Amino acid sequence: MNRQQVTATINGEHKEFLCEPRQSLLEVLRDELFLTGTKEGCNDGNCGSCNVILDGTLVNSCCIFGVEANGGHITTIEGLSKGNELHPLQQTFLEGTGMQCGFCTPGFLIAASALLDENSEPTEEEIRHWLVGNLCRCTGYDKIVKAVQDAALILRERAL
Amino acid sequence: MRNFDYKLPTSLNELTDMLSHGGHTARLLAGGTDLVVAMRGGRMTPEVVIDTKHVEELNELSFNDHTMILGASVTCRKVCRNPQIVKHFPALIDCATLIGGTQIQNRATLGGNLCNAAPSADTIPALIVLKAQANICGPHGSRQVPVETFCTGPGQTILEGNEILVSFSIPLPREHEGAFFIRFIPRNDMDIAIANAAASIVIASSGETIIEGRVAIGAVAPTPLYVSDVEPVLSGRPIADDVIAQAADIARQSARPITDMRGTVDQRKHLTHVLVRRALNGAVNRARGND
Ligand SMILES: Cc1cc2nc3c(=O)[nH]c(=O)nc-3n(C[C@H](O)[C@H](O)[C@H](O)COP(=O)(O)OP(=O)(O)OC[C@H]3O[C@@H](n4cnc5c(N)ncnc54)[C@H](O)[C@@H]3O)c2cc1C
Ligand code: FES
Ligand code: FES
Repeated sequence: MNRQQVTATINGEHKEFLCEPRQSLLEVLRDELFLTGTKEGCNDGNCGSCNVILDGTLVNSCCIFGVEANGGHITTIEGLSKGNELHPLQQTFLEGTGMQCGFCTPGFLIAASALLDENSEPTEEEIRHWLVGNLCRCTGYDKIVKAVQDAALILRERAL
Repeated sequence: MRNFDYKLPTSLNELTDMLSHGGHTARLLAGGTDLVVAMRGGRMTPEVVIDTKHVEELNELSFNDHTMILGASVTCRKVCRNPQIVKHFPALIDCATLIGGTQIQNRATLGGNLCNAAPSADTIPALIVLKAQANICGPHGSRQVPVETFCTGPGQTILEGNEILVSFSIPLPREHEGAFFIRFIPRNDMDIAIANAAASIVIASSGETIIEGRVAIGAVAPTPLYVSDVEPVLSGRPIADDVIAQAADIARQSARPITDMRGTVDQRKHLTHVLVRRALNGAVNRARGND
């Protein structure tokens, strides 16, 4: 079947690409656009390692067809830092060892950034609830939650 | 995954047209949280996939004096964030906040949950006790059916050739009416219900007598089940533990569960009793304005 033309803004850049309808947004990002920071864990919506932000909402890119993103605005992990300046979440994950093997980390960072975008002062419970769709086999989660709290604090201080 | 034709209609007419030309395997795409996974697993192999996200009627969310119209493709996230739904239909929030995690709720829809027709689907019991009507549109016109008659078996619905679900019509609650949904899963989140239950109740202004009560249960039969036998047991009776326990007994007897990796027949029957009791008590609390 025909490949379809898709236009989207990805990390602020205008992109045009061709994809087969059956390709997930995850496959398109990784295999067509070589944005390999977004990871494939379960490929069925359970682990969150494929998280991206599509039109302001957090989504699992493995459960979306690439063609559905036509006309959309997408933020992937590659778009989180400003050049060499890390996002506060990246900084606090590093400083507080919010990761070990790191496979789940892009998904957690994107998911947490979506949370902080709409809630600048989340409670521990809110953070844990927001992140139920992100799985980590290494850290035991506590350091991740702490890193999100620390990043929220940095962002709040910056906003003063 | 087998390849397919992706269509993006912008009107209901265009959608039904595409569906009737799409062959018998054509499927509608709402949030895709069931469909994409089923297609990847080879359980569904549509040649045409029709995206519903740009069709106004399926994305409507509006209120008139008596009814809420909830489009089939409105996401759980939109439901949870709508202040009027929070106010009038907390039971819908109970279940919509439980579908997967944040990422799934941002895509998953109530229409998709119903049309997917899983016995364990979490929004269906609440829709049933809220007396939701499913608005269906097809080549031979429109029809409206109560949600409790929509699912006919696991993955099976009453939708006939080229019919689609457009929206739900849900009556606004009366005075002193409350509804509640609860489920039991092995983990705190992100799992499939071993059993679930919803209840709605209308009480007299005295706060002591039941005028009307409805109960629906899930994951304990081939389809979500409306337990109509509960109604006569509740109506006109005092709000008391023994009355609620009697209703829960009836629900337990109506359950026809199976044993699978998540739970046994006995566990599911027991859970049905517990969950129905809790759902009724939760509904009473809300009817009394204590929530
Ligand atoms: C990680 C994960 C967790 C989940 N957790 C839960 C949970 O806790 N509880 C639960 O109940 N479900 C859960 N689900 C299942 C799923 O998310 C829900 O059933 C959801 O409501 C489906 O909605 P959707 O819009 O994504 O449907 P889609 O996948 O788009 O569609 C589902 C089916 O309905 C058909 N369809 C869609 N719209 C229409 C229409 N208007 N007319 C006719 N047919 C239509 C489609 O063709 C498809 O066959 C989970 C899924 C995942 C991946
Ligand atoms: S890869 Fe998408 S949720 Fe796991
Ligand atoms: S750091 Fe290894 S999976 Fe999370």
